[in-house]
Amino acid sequence: MAVSNKKKVKRGLEFWMFVGPVFLVFAVIVLVPFFNGVMYSFTDWNGITGELNWIGFDNYVRLFTVDEQFQQSFWLTTKYTVVAVVLTNLVGFILAFLLTQNIRTRNFLRTIFFMPNLIGGLILGFVWQFIYVKGFASIGELTGWSLFELPWLGDARTGFWGIVIVSIWQGGGYIMVIYIAALQNVPQELIEAAKIDGANRLSTLRNITIPLIMPSVTICLFLTISWSFKLFDTNLSLTNGGPFKSTEMLALNIYKESFTNNNLGLGSAKAIIFFVVVAAITVTQVYLTKKREVEA
Amino acid sequence: MSTAQPLPKPELKPEQPAPKKRGRYSVRLGTVEIAALLMGLLYMIPFYYVISNSFKTQGDIFTNTSGLPKEWITENYTNAWEAMNFGKVFLNSVIITVGANAVIVIFCSMAAWKLVRTKSRLSTIIFFLFVAAMIIPFQSIMIPLSKLSGDLGLQNSYWGLILMYLGFGSGLSIFLYHGFMKSIPEEIEEAAIIDGCSQWGVFWRIVFPLLKPITVTIVILNTLWIWNDFLLPSLMLRDVELRTIPLATFYFFGQYTKQWDLALAGLILGIIPLLLFFFAMQKQIIQGITSGSIK
Repeated sequence: MAVSNKKKVKRGLEFWMFVGPVFLVFAVIVLVPFFNGVMYSFTDWNGITGELNWIGFDNYVRLFTVDEQFQQSFWLTTKYTVVAVVLTNLVGFILAFLLTQNIRTRNFLRTIFFMPNLIGGLILGFVWQFIYVKGFASIGELTGWSLFELPWLGDARTGFWGIVIVSIWQGGGYIMVIYIAALQNVPQELIEAAKIDGANRLSTLRNITIPLIMPSVTICLFLTISWSFKLFDTNLSLTNGGPFKSTEMLALNIYKESFTNNNLGLGSAKAIIFFVVVAAITVTQVYLTKKREVEA
Repeated sequence: MSTAQPLPKPELKPEQPAPKKRGRYSVRLGTVEIAALLMGLLYMIPFYYVISNSFKTQGDIFTNTSGLPKEWITENYTNAWEAMNFGKVFLNSVIITVGANAVIVIFCSMAAWKLVRTKSRLSTIIFFLFVAAMIIPFQSIMIPLSKLSGDLGLQNSYWGLILMYLGFGSGLSIFLYHGFMKSIPEEIEEAAIIDGCSQWGVFWRIVFPLLKPITVTIVILNTLWIWNDFLLPSLMLRDVELRTIPLATFYFFGQYTKQWDLALAGLILGIIPLLLFFFAMQKQIIQGITSGSIK
């Protein structure tokens, strides 16, 4: 069918009338700043003089040679991501598994486990600061358990695990909701059939349930990896990177470099590396897990 | 999903020929129940500490952290409310969250519709850009954005911040609308066009009402994000008068670090609004999370 020119123009106008407003905002707020950021990362821009000089790859070289804090933050974030992703998914899955059994309090408990999610990371960090500093000390006094008598948040190790615990506490319920939906979609006939064939609970879980919920595992891994790697709010409010920057993760490091130290060029370079790593992890992870999915 | 029922007795119901095994309450289920309840209790301990201590005097907090308040006082709350200017702060959060949700729903649903219905290379590229940009972490945009938004005069205003939420929220919202839109048959729209309805009319009168389920999901996901967001408003809002709840909590907590009585009451005030929202919309929130993440 031949479409007249007039019609074509009309269609184009209609297209931009609907898509234009949000695309314009998106371009100004996301796309343009993103490309500006790439450009800034090759400059010595600082917030004080406001001067911009092209310095090539100097910022990037500096990050990988001189900037030990950045390297430490990078390593810490990696370690934290691995630990938090494994534990959050484990806790979320166990909760989902328990709460898809026919127990009487399951709806009530689902609400309980989900609740910490509603509270933003910033407020949660403050809440847990009180728990670690005052609550744990009090429990330690009452029980004499040495675990609670540690200097919580007072050194690098307890700071690290302090953040991990809060992340699990917050994220476990969200992950649980997704796993519950997945577990409910596993056809009962398959489980029954496996039982009749003499499979025990554990092998049913491993050979039938888990392969069938792989799409949800992809989603949950994707979510938790990106939450963990990008962790900022809780890090800021719980430890503020301390003591002595020992718990300063990447996002907080970028923030402080840019807005406390005012090294906006260097901060931009960090931000670009951050982007490359986040993009690489998520793309690889989705690709790998997709391959393991099984059709029911 | 039915709610847990008090001890179903399958053998007494002959009209149900194949009673599900899950209905039986065995020792095993009892153990599972107790284990789950214990975990639930463990989960709630932080709430117990924060709530009970927020009703104590400063001295009581220090000598009696784990017990219930020796004397229940509410001054902490009235003092924290005043010091945080909580009424104003709450209103700011509401204005920003509602405003951002409104523009996101209006403009993203419109865009997603045309992107689905237009089959051209340009349409595909634009959709791809929206989706691909979801992978960019906020930290990779915040530095140039704080400069650009200053140049454009978007800082320190409700509107500037709301526009930014439209920009950052557009990826996920268009993606979700796009996926949902594909299931709406085009024939309904064609019939309306033949009847003389304009594109604008077709969208708002026919398509948009059909999008209601996914609109609810999108509003919930965006509300949880925007209400709790700290970093973007902290970079964009400088006036004390414009502060949202997370911002006010942050500055309040910084000011009263060692005064746990006030600080804890402030934290609880910050938590309450979203808890109320959750209890009002629990079902939709859980559904929203499930459908929002599975697509």
